[in-house]
Amino acid sequence: MSTTTIRKLTMARAISEAIAQEMDRDPSVMVWGEDVGAYGGIFGATQGLYQQFGHDRVIDTPISESGFIGAAVGASTEGLRPIVELMFVDFFGVAMDQIYNQLAKNHYMSGGSVSHPVVLMTAIGGGYSDAAQHSQTLYSLFAHVPGLKVVVPSNAYDAKGLMVSAIRDDNPVMYFFHKGLLGLGWMPSDDWAEVHVPEESYEVPFGKARVAGEGTDISVITIGAMVPKAARVREQLQQEGISVEVIDLRTLVPLDKQAIVDTVKKTHRVLIVDEDYRSFGMSGEVAAILAEDALDYLEFPVKRLAVPDIPIPYSRVLEQATIPSADKIAQTIRGMMD
Amino acid sequence: MDSYADMYRMMCLIRFYENRMAEVYAEGKSPLFSIAAGPVPGEMHLAAGQEPVAVGVIRHLRRDDVVTAPHRPHHFAIAKGIDLRRMTAEIFGRTAGLSHGKGGHMHLFDPAVHFSCSGIVGAGFPPAVGAAFAFRRQHRDSVAVAFAGEGAANQGTFHESLNLAALWKAPVIFVIEDNHYAISVPKEQSTAIANNSDRAQAYGIPGVFVRGNDVLAVSEAASEAVARARAGKGPTLLEIETTRFYGHFQGDAETYLGAEEKEKWRQSDPIPQFRDYLLAHHLLTPDDDAAIQTEVAELVEDAIAYARQSPEPQPADALTDVFAPSLGGK
Ligand SMILES: Cc1ncc(C[n+]2csc(CCOP(=O)(O)OP(=O)(O)O)c2C)c(N)n1
Ligand SMILES: [Mg+2]
Repeated sequence: MSTTTIRKLTMARAISEAIAQEMDRDPSVMVWGEDVGAYGGIFGATQGLYQQFGHDRVIDTPISESGFIGAAVGASTEGLRPIVELMFVDFFGVAMDQIYNQLAKNHYMSGGSVSHPVVLMTAIGGGYSDAAQHSQTLYSLFAHVPGLKVVVPSNAYDAKGLMVSAIRDDNPVMYFFHKGLLGLGWMPSDDWAEVHVPEESYEVPFGKARVAGEGTDISVITIGAMVPKAARVREQLQQEGISVEVIDLRTLVPLDKQAIVDTVKKTHRVLIVDEDYRSFGMSGEVAAILAEDALDYLEFPVKRLAVPDIPIPYSRVLEQATIPSADKIAQTIRGMMD
Repeated sequence: MDSYADMYRMMCLIRFYENRMAEVYAEGKSPLFSIAAGPVPGEMHLAAGQEPVAVGVIRHLRRDDVVTAPHRPHHFAIAKGIDLRRMTAEIFGRTAGLSHGKGGHMHLFDPAVHFSCSGIVGAGFPPAVGAAFAFRRQHRDSVAVAFAGEGAANQGTFHESLNLAALWKAPVIFVIEDNHYAISVPKEQSTAIANNSDRAQAYGIPGVFVRGNDVLAVSEAASEAVARARAGKGPTLLEIETTRFYGHFQGDAETYLGAEEKEKWRQSDPIPQFRDYLLAHHLLTPDDDAAIQTEVAELVEDAIAYARQSPEPQPADALTDVFAPSLGGK
């Protein structure tokens, strides 16, 4: 029976499958970026697409991010639905004008007459000593700019459904996949993300957080690669008699504020965990929502675990001290329970 | 300026370093390759095969001349005279490293020899123009050289920098090392014209393409470019044909490359070619060569040993160096 057949996919496979099915359905969907063709994307997000759809629809670009991301702005107003890969999010710097002044704002500035159905997908995250220019997450930076939807899957099921939604959305969608969740053989990868993925196409809607594990004592609100870490800590702390609820936000824009309020109503304690920089980002935003809409339900000050405001260091020791670890999450939770 | 034998020695030092780094980097990564395992953290981009670019150009530079380099930086760093021990310790992520483990292999900084590099493709062009601008402004006769791959020549910073340098008559030399590939993408699939050096014309500056991965030809072209810059006559663009002996990064399966192409590159190794030339012209004896091989091996092994025995940083060290003490303007 199909409902009981488990079909585990890596997140990389789930993403490329979503793209392939949408390309099949809609000839206006195209892919371009660096090494997305025969190579299949440095992180495998476009694997098999070149072989299936050819170089007409899956295009290796020069290293000209401002040019080829900007090209998606114009192409999308003239009938194409481009999926553009920015190899690492860290490289956005050379192309940011096209992203935040053009792609993000044209719909508004045109009074709604111009739209950009563009998916800009990019790799995020550290944990393998790639240092300050190749290890950032930065999704909050894009969430800060009005006009961009921001999607950060934590597992293969969500990755496929969120990608399908992203492609069908008529707005620019920033789609962030974490390198440590993709199931790549050559990089440490959390197999928590490798879950059952239905073969048929489906959407996971934006703005709907997921309870990744129920609990009653404290809520961990998080996203991306911190979700599996929090889920593991949840299991560990269960044995210590602490019941942790894990909220996977799944998208930052739109943000599921209701889920944030609902969980604190239940647990009255919140730890926000983020792999992005601490200040002026996701963790601060969630804390602000709690202050605005849920202060009465809080029995303990909100705590945050995030990258302290330093660039990601190269050395293993330094990097491990920088990115929130399962140990630190567990420790912080214990400290919030007395 | 270095003698031919010195150039040869420098090429051998770089080659030995890169080959040993390939071995050291592979430690702890078998049978299954993992980027996060072994004594050397992170990514590794090696420049074996590309020695003529670094040595042919940098032999014309002084200690006070600036070099900016890309993500594949070792050959430039070594030729520029970077502290080999501290560079290696940095690649190992140790406290004795140039940046105490904060930078790593793509982010080497040695202000003592005016060397820096970046992991962002195309990032080195504008800072080189700025350094050259500073030299002019301060009436110093130093020059700046920006090295980058042929893939980087499609980045906006390349074109903006060429125009800016030409406009400002900045004493800067842009050196494109054309190793035919940018990761998996061959030059003819990324670049609308055959030679990036032709792009110099559009900015009103000289552009020279150097064929054959030949260190003497590189040196000749660079000699003119550096002299021109030092004399205040403005920038030059050089493009140098070369070959990449290893994959884009260590662990790259190179599925995009034909075995014959790779073999052809290896066949035309610039080091034995240069050695044969020097031997034939009595500029080097077999004994000299043997002494050079011993010496470079010692230097490299010493640097690796130095790196291995240097302590790992302490976790709290991560929090320092975000801001300078800020006394400069006072
Ligand atoms: C702005 C930016 N885009 C993309 C990359 C990823 N990347 C790193 S090296 C590289 C290829 C560079 O090719 P080339 O300039 O020819 O240098 P080579 O690697 O051949 O020495 C790419 C695409 C990057 N580091 N920075
Ligand atoms: Mg190249």
